[in-house]
Amino acid sequence: MPHDHHDHDDDHALLPPDPALRVKALETLLTRKGLIDPAALDEIIETYAHKVGPRNGAQVVAKAWSDPAFKERLLDDATSVCADLGFYGRQGEHLVAVENTAEQHNIVVCTLCSCYPWPLLGIPPGWYKSDAYRARVVREPRAVLADFGVQLPDGQAVRVWDSTAEIRYLVIPQRPEGTDGLDEAALADLVTRDSMIGCGLANTP
Amino acid sequence: MSRVHDMGGRYGDGRVKPDPEDGPVFEKDWHARALAVTLAAGALGQWSLDTSRHARERLSPKDYTRFSYYEKWMAGLANLLVANGVVSRAELAGGPPEPSPLSARRLPADRVAGVLASGGPSLREGPEPRFHPGARVRTRKPAGNAQVPGGHTRLPGYAAGAVGTVILRHGCHVLPDANAHGFGEQPEPLYTVVFDAADLWSQPERAGDEVTCDLWESYLEPAS
Repeated sequence: MPHDHHDHDDDHALLPPDPALRVKALETLLTRKGLIDPAALDEIIETYAHKVGPRNGAQVVAKAWSDPAFKERLLDDATSVCADLGFYGRQGEHLVAVENTAEQHNIVVCTLCSCYPWPLLGIPPGWYKSDAYRARVVREPRAVLADFGVQLPDGQAVRVWDSTAEIRYLVIPQRPEGTDGLDEAALADLVTRDSMIGCGLANTP
Repeated sequence: MSRVHDMGGRYGDGRVKPDPEDGPVFEKDWHARALAVTLAAGALGQWSLDTSRHARERLSPKDYTRFSYYEKWMAGLANLLVANGVVSRAELAGGPPEPSPLSARRLPADRVAGVLASGGPSLREGPEPRFHPGARVRTRKPAGNAQVPGGHTRLPGYAAGAVGTVILRHGCHVLPDANAHGFGEQPEPLYTVVFDAADLWSQPERAGDEVTCDLWESYLEPAS
């Protein structure tokens, strides 16, 4: 085989260029070598397509809104508090919860890749992984919020958390007005995925 | 020193296009397969998460830019499989697959739930932290791996040489700069450091807004 340095740097170029065919080629090769089990792939996909997603995080937020002692424990040690609720695992081994207040609004990003708290929010949406979000939100978070239709009051400072290590962040959005009588399940319905990243606000009833 | 993935602060990317809250988790079937193949191949234990991040970062700038998200994952995985001797170039090119001694490590379907639920914590025993909450620190400049030219690091370029304040301590964590390159875990104290936007950007959007980064102790020196 011709041995060209450039080619050797680009082993992936040996695969078909079409992305779907690339994945299929890798899956087929690894399966035929006995290195992956297609049924395990189905199980992984089923987990993140249907079982682990932002409804987990919404339960945590609703509990924090309802129970001040729980919120205090969550802010102090989110990893163990969330694990007690069954929310632990890959890409959620070390959790920190940050609370939005009238004084401070928090936003989470991973400028270097796509770090995200999987056990609480599932697989990140496309925009979270986009170049535009990763490039801009640290420099102009208010302009990025405007892309989401969110405008913050002048008096509310913004703190952007760049997830550069294995710490994963959950934003506790501000509890909306007019929700005093609602139970945890009804409150959880108001908590959006984007509000737990800091790029949205919780819905109002 | 920077690589193309280190894009925080960059100009020219246009607006962010939000996805609907109720949209599909995987936009295309092959996105789901790409994620699953990557996780299942990772479970063979032949590389660390740090190494796999570095494999995506070291795609050529041209490929990194033109590839969509999961295409980067596939290209990084293909390169890792060959670099670690898990598959050969001939196999990748479509040649007949040889049996692998690693097949005993294959992740079976009935172990998936357990593996995903147990994760891979990066917290380790290690030295006492040098900095206390409230300490003023200055980051390394330029941002780069101190041991490997162009190597993996987690100090973003936009925060290189900036002075900030320690607000959280997280214990000692595996140092990606070492672990990505097979130099062992070399755990170090990890901190969250907050920076005033005015100390990062020549034209900050609003005075008093802040950015935090999670940074290992060797990225930092005391600042008065």
